[in-house]
Parts: sequence; C-alpha cells; structure tokens
Amino acid sequence: MDGLLREYLPILIFLGIAVGLALVIVTASYIVARQNPDPEKESPYECGFAPFNDARRQFDVRFYLVAILFIIFDLEVAFLFPWAVSLGSIGMLGFWSMMIFLGILTIGFIYEWKKGALEWE
Amino acid sequence: MIIQALSFYLFAFVAVAAAVMVISARNPVHSVLFLILAFFNAAGLFVLIGAEFIAMILVVVYVGAVAVLFLFVVMMLDISFAELRQGFLQYLPIGGLVGVVLLAELMMIGGTWIFAPAASTVKANPTPAIDKTTNTEAIGNILYTDYIYLFQGAGLVLLVAMVGAIVLTLRARPGVRKQKISDQINRRPEDAIEVKKVQSGSGI
Repeated sequence: MDGLLREYLPILIFLGIAVGLALVIVTASYIVARQNPDPEKESPYECGFAPFNDARRQFDVRFYLVAILFIIFDLEVAFLFPWAVSLGSIGMLGFWSMMIFLGILTIGFIYEWKKGALEWE
Repeated sequence: MIIQALSFYLFAFVAVAAAVMVISARNPVHSVLFLILAFFNAAGLFVLIGAEFIAMILVVVYVGAVAVLFLFVVMMLDISFAELRQGFLQYLPIGGLVGVVLLAELMMIGGTWIFAPAASTVKANPTPAIDKTTNTEAIGNILYTDYIYLFQGAGLVLLVAMVGAIVLTLRARPGVRKQKISDQINRRPEDAIEVKKVQSGSGI
C-alpha cells in the first residue's frame, strides 16, 4: 500500500507545481499588469466583429451521436485493459469471452457503419 | 503517512467544494467544469485507497467522455437558466426539509449498518492483498471467467446503447450530395468521354 502510494508521489508533486504555477501566473498578471478596463475591451470578441448571436444556441444533434459512440468504444477499451494484464492466467475461457464481447460490439460497429452514423455528409 | 493524510483532506475538501459549486454555479457550463474537477478529486481519493484502476477509469471515462456529453446536453438544452432559478428561494424551505430528512435517513442507516460476521468468510472472491496483486490484475483474474455472463451482459448493454443512440438521433438529411466511391470507380471511359474526329479547318 505504501509502496503503491510512493510511486504516485511524483505525480502529487507535479500536481502541486502545476496548481502553484497556475496560481502564480494568474495572480501575477492581476498584480503586475496595468488594469484599465473599458466597456469595449470587456465586450465579447469574435474574430474582429461583434458576435452574431448567443454562444449557447442549439447545435446539431449529430455531435451528440458522435459523443455517445465515443463513450461506448471508450468503455470497450476500458474492459480490454484488465484482460490484457491478466491474459496469462485466465486461460482459453477468458480469451474467448473477450472475443465474444468484441464480436458483439463489432456487430454494433458494422450496424453504425452501414447506417452511415460515422459519415458527416 | 502525513502526506497521505494531507492529500486525503485536500482531495476530499476540493471534491466537496466542487460539488457544492456544481449545484450553485450560475452558469451551467461552469457547473460542468466543476463537475470535472470533482471527478478528478474523486480519482485522487481512489488512488489513496489503492484502487488505481478505478481511478484511471474514472479519469478516462467520466472526465473524458461523460463530462463532454454533459457539456453537449447543457448546450443543447436551450433553457433560460435565469428563469429556472426564479422560484429558488420560494422552494428553498421545502427542498431543504426534504434534504434534511434524506440526510437523517442516510445517517440512521449508516450508523446501524453492520456486516454479518460470516459475510467476510463466505466471499466468493476476497480482495487480494495489494502488495501481491495489482488492482487491474485482480479485476482481470475474475471478470472474464467467473463473471462471464455479467461481462457478456455488459457487452449487450453497450450494443443496445449503440443501436439506440443511432435509432434515436440519426436522420438522413434530404438533398445532401454524398460521395459514392463505388460509383466513381465503376465509371468507364466509354460512358464519360466521346472521341470525335474533327476535320482540320472546321469546327464541330
């Protein structure tokens, strides 16, 4: 347990440095830089012209579809990690159970490919 | 050891603070960002109790995918959130009352909850010692063989989710010109071009 956490100590130190550096940069820019706000400077800015409309408008549902398909294959990959680690000790049953799992998801993959869900028209 | 305790309190405090900000932030996009912060701190807590695989999966799946999906949903719902908050103070007493009742119930359950003494001895798969087997290995050793039906069930759930998402959201937009590669390849020169003899000095 302690050995495990000791391996994570560099990550904790790195996290501390990252947070500290971010705080230093933000506060330094507040303290050092000259603040001279005016309404034009603080208004929303979009590539040199005034914004056409609100940033939060409805956008196409197909972005959502891509995100959902991404989650599903993300989970599939998450199942692959422990399988790969202990493949040596789980034998043929473990190997073929993963093959069936991948087969099921491949059916879904073929379905979405044929349906054209991966195309952006 | 002191570092472990300190980082536990740090992660726990930031997680709770971020969770409070999720429900109290004015801008829903900020809420989602605070949710991501809460996920990261929960991953830190998982690492502290030695469940590193769960921690990494939390980062990969929740931060990488679920939070993005939440962001999409928040942006897709075209709701005036200022309007939604109008009755906040009006409903605060009754909402707070319900919350307090739920908290009391949970505390009562948590206070009197005990495992049966025999439960730990009849476990099918006791958690192996973390010094000998890593987390990922411990999960992998039983997930694909002992729990094969549940594992295949997970695969089927993912398949249903995939098909359901496609059925619900995919619609072919009419009048869009798509590239049909097979048509392009099948096209023969004879269909497309015509060779004409042109006499010199005169047009066609």
